[in-house]
Amino acid sequence: MKKKMLVLSIAAAAAFALGGCGGSGTAPESSGGGSGDKDGGELYVFNWGEYIDEDVITQFEEETGITVVYDPFETNEEMYPIIEAGAVTYDVVCPSDYMIQKMLENDLLAEINFDNVPNVDQIDPDYMKMSQAFDPENKYSVPYCWGTVGILYNTKRLEELGVEPPTRWADLWDERLSGEILMQDSVRDAFMVALKKEGFSMNTSDEGELQQAKQALIDQKPLVQAYVIDQVRDKMIGGEAAVGVIYSGEMLYIQEEVASLGLDYTLEYVLPEEGTNLWLDSWVIPKNAANKENAEKWINFLCRPEIAKANFEYITYPTPNKGAFELLDKEMQENQAVFPEREALWNSEVFSYLGDETDAIYNRLWKEVKSN
Amino acid sequence: MNRERKAFSLTGQGLSLGKKLLAGPYLVWMTGFIIIPLVLIVYYGLTDKNGAFTLANITAIATPEHVKALGLSLVLSFISTVICLVLAYPLAMILRRRGVGQKSFIVFLFILPMWMNFLLRTLAWQTLLEKNGVINGILGLLHLPAQNLINTPGAIIFGMVYNFLPFMVLPVYNVLCKIDDNTVNAARDLGASPFQTLVYIWLPLSLPGIVSGITMVFVPALTTFVISNLLGGSKILLIGNVIEQEFMKGSNWHQGSGLSLVLMGFILISMALIAKYDKNGEGSAF
Amino acid sequence: MTRAKQLIRRVWQDFYLVFIMAFLYAPIVTMMVLSFNASKSRTQWGGFTLSWYTQMFASRNIINALHNTLLIAFLSALIATVIGTAAAIGISSMKAVPKTMLMGITNIPMLNADIVTGISLMLAFIAFGISMGFQTILISHITFNIPYVILSVMPKLKQTSRSTYEAAMDLGAGPVYAFFKVVFPDILPGVLSGFLLAFTMSLDDFIITHFTRGAGINTLSTLIYSEVRRGIRPSMYALSTVIFVTVLVLLLVSNFAPRRKEA
Repeated sequence: MKKKMLVLSIAAAAAFALGGCGGSGTAPESSGGGSGDKDGGELYVFNWGEYIDEDVITQFEEETGITVVYDPFETNEEMYPIIEAGAVTYDVVCPSDYMIQKMLENDLLAEINFDNVPNVDQIDPDYMKMSQAFDPENKYSVPYCWGTVGILYNTKRLEELGVEPPTRWADLWDERLSGEILMQDSVRDAFMVALKKEGFSMNTSDEGELQQAKQALIDQKPLVQAYVIDQVRDKMIGGEAAVGVIYSGEMLYIQEEVASLGLDYTLEYVLPEEGTNLWLDSWVIPKNAANKENAEKWINFLCRPEIAKANFEYITYPTPNKGAFELLDKEMQENQAVFPEREALWNSEVFSYLGDETDAIYNRLWKEVKSN
Repeated sequence: MNRERKAFSLTGQGLSLGKKLLAGPYLVWMTGFIIIPLVLIVYYGLTDKNGAFTLANITAIATPEHVKALGLSLVLSFISTVICLVLAYPLAMILRRRGVGQKSFIVFLFILPMWMNFLLRTLAWQTLLEKNGVINGILGLLHLPAQNLINTPGAIIFGMVYNFLPFMVLPVYNVLCKIDDNTVNAARDLGASPFQTLVYIWLPLSLPGIVSGITMVFVPALTTFVISNLLGGSKILLIGNVIEQEFMKGSNWHQGSGLSLVLMGFILISMALIAKYDKNGEGSAF
Repeated sequence: MTRAKQLIRRVWQDFYLVFIMAFLYAPIVTMMVLSFNASKSRTQWGGFTLSWYTQMFASRNIINALHNTLLIAFLSALIATVIGTAAAIGISSMKAVPKTMLMGITNIPMLNADIVTGISLMLAFIAFGISMGFQTILISHITFNIPYVILSVMPKLKQTSRSTYEAAMDLGAGPVYAFFKVVFPDILPGVLSGFLLAFTMSLDDFIITHFTRGAGINTLSTLIYSEVRRGIRPSMYALSTVIFVTVLVLLLVSNFAPRRKEA
């Protein structure tokens, strides 16, 4: 690439005798961007993309005087090597269940000092219990959001295609949906869909079952329009595809957006019958965090009911914060799409970390799917 | 007189030593940030997680998924290179014949888009090719059926050709400009047909430019992961994607380094081929 | 050849040029048009708006990224120019063997795939324990910029004659003084074009930055990449338009500015 640009520039110089070179080398303008000198120190936050209300960050900065450096990641798998390598140190990170387990087993997490996080009592005990699956003594993580994975579909587009609305994962193998399917581009989520469709556990490490799931994904690939992550939302709103695999929390936002854009179609969300992934994203503090106390302040701040509520209203992912839940109006509390009954989730599973070797198998099989 | 001479040559030597020292910071810098990093890649590529020597990371290129990714990369970059050459050669010929003012204006127009950010150029194609994108919108207006353009190997070739075409045009054009009109006229006077002139005069004389154009398109096309990510909907895995993911997602750096070494091998081979055809360095940038 | 034939040929050639130009500019023009489209849709015109531009300039992320991009481009070009020019002078006074060796090293980052350079630098930073951030991007950019400076300065050094320099010294000038008075003006165009090249390279780089960036720091390239992966926003079109127009103006200005010296 470099060398080529060189040729270009030289050709440009030759063509125009760029002798006058005047303006281009000017010093960069100093922009007023950085809000700069606050004495509360810094906090490096690593979170999912579009997973916080930016006003909440501002409010936190104003209240504590801490300067927040905020970075988004797209998948757990992308986040992990960065924390593991330690060349970039974040103070507080928001991975999912199984990834927290992996980080714990690889000794990457610091114990949270709960004396600094009194608001943790706002978290519904159910979710603290759920956390014990990956954080047995509730020492390392504080739940932030939870949710499910389901299928989002465009009613009008399906009608045009003459396909009935999906109810099962297996419906994503319907040949009439060729080019209309958006799949998740992260290894565990993609395999979850295939494993559930085949009737296996999403936490299997049985090579035979995984091979079968891989084959299912390969069979499905010609029907898939693209493997995407955060783009599912915008693509579905834009009417690019008929069905997409999506996290439950995007629903409210999507429905509001569809209404406000005055689109002539509706998007509906369904929990597939075969059962799905129930997930929990929690805040953790990496061992090499430089500003651990600030990280605890951050977690404590986010657990404050009013803040959690404001945040929920922006990101619309179900909150495990019972204080915030009680502040919501009745209609929202009973919205099944946002806060599904636990009974509806009887056959859902939580991901668990399967060990490095099984991870390697998943990665290899996923590569085989992608390269096919 | 004699003494003076001697004194002079002494200062001369001292000077030249002093001058050589000017390369010192450069040498330190390049050792630290070019040589050592490359040594690290070799080290990672030849060891496993426990630090033991292994060739497994290199031989991993032979697994079906890697062979497919590498093969696809080779095929797509080869096709893109050929398309670039076919488009660029006539263009360079036309440019060569134009008057000076017009020539530099066209070259200017040609270079202008290349000064824009490479990602924005690729983004532009995404906008055009998407399912509800501009091209399908126009087709819709004409009551033609929408085409499935994005997320196909074709879209990636499009992206490659668009991004790398100037790298083919400019070296070819530079070499063509150096060819003496008299040589061509002589051939025509001696009765050569246009086709014969092309085959026996133009092509051989412009070979250095063609060869360097080919590498300049082929190498970045072979190693790209950005174009395939943005225009391939992650459905198409090129060798660049595999390597990028080993580092950014799989966290298997040994594997990623091993595959990088293989990739470097391919680049070295193509460089060696270039050196063979381009002995005088005529086609190169300098 | 008859007139008519020539004319037809000319028409064909013009047609071909227009075809290529359309291929090159269609995407850019499309983005420019869409940047003024009030509707987010790419196929429907929802009326004229400038809101994507205000949104773009109001975005802290975009402005910070722009600031970083320009600062890194400027600093890396400047440092690379100093190191590279000194190196070029040093190398040019060497004998054949060390010269070839050093030029070989110079060629490595230019010939190697960017992805490999980026990864190798990332591994090195981690091995050296340098924490990733502004400094690592800067170091990487300096690293890949130095060769451009050297390769622009070397040819100019070859053209300068050693005798004027020696003459200056015979007349009593010190080596440093003689260098700046006699040699430097001769190689200045090379130094400047090296600087400009380095600046441009740094602006355009994505791949190496992608592997060497750290927490909370983005250049325009990395920002665009993550935005595009999240879904295209019209403010990105606005950004493209602004960049395109800026480049156009800069190139036109440098083109029509009075020539100082032939390159």
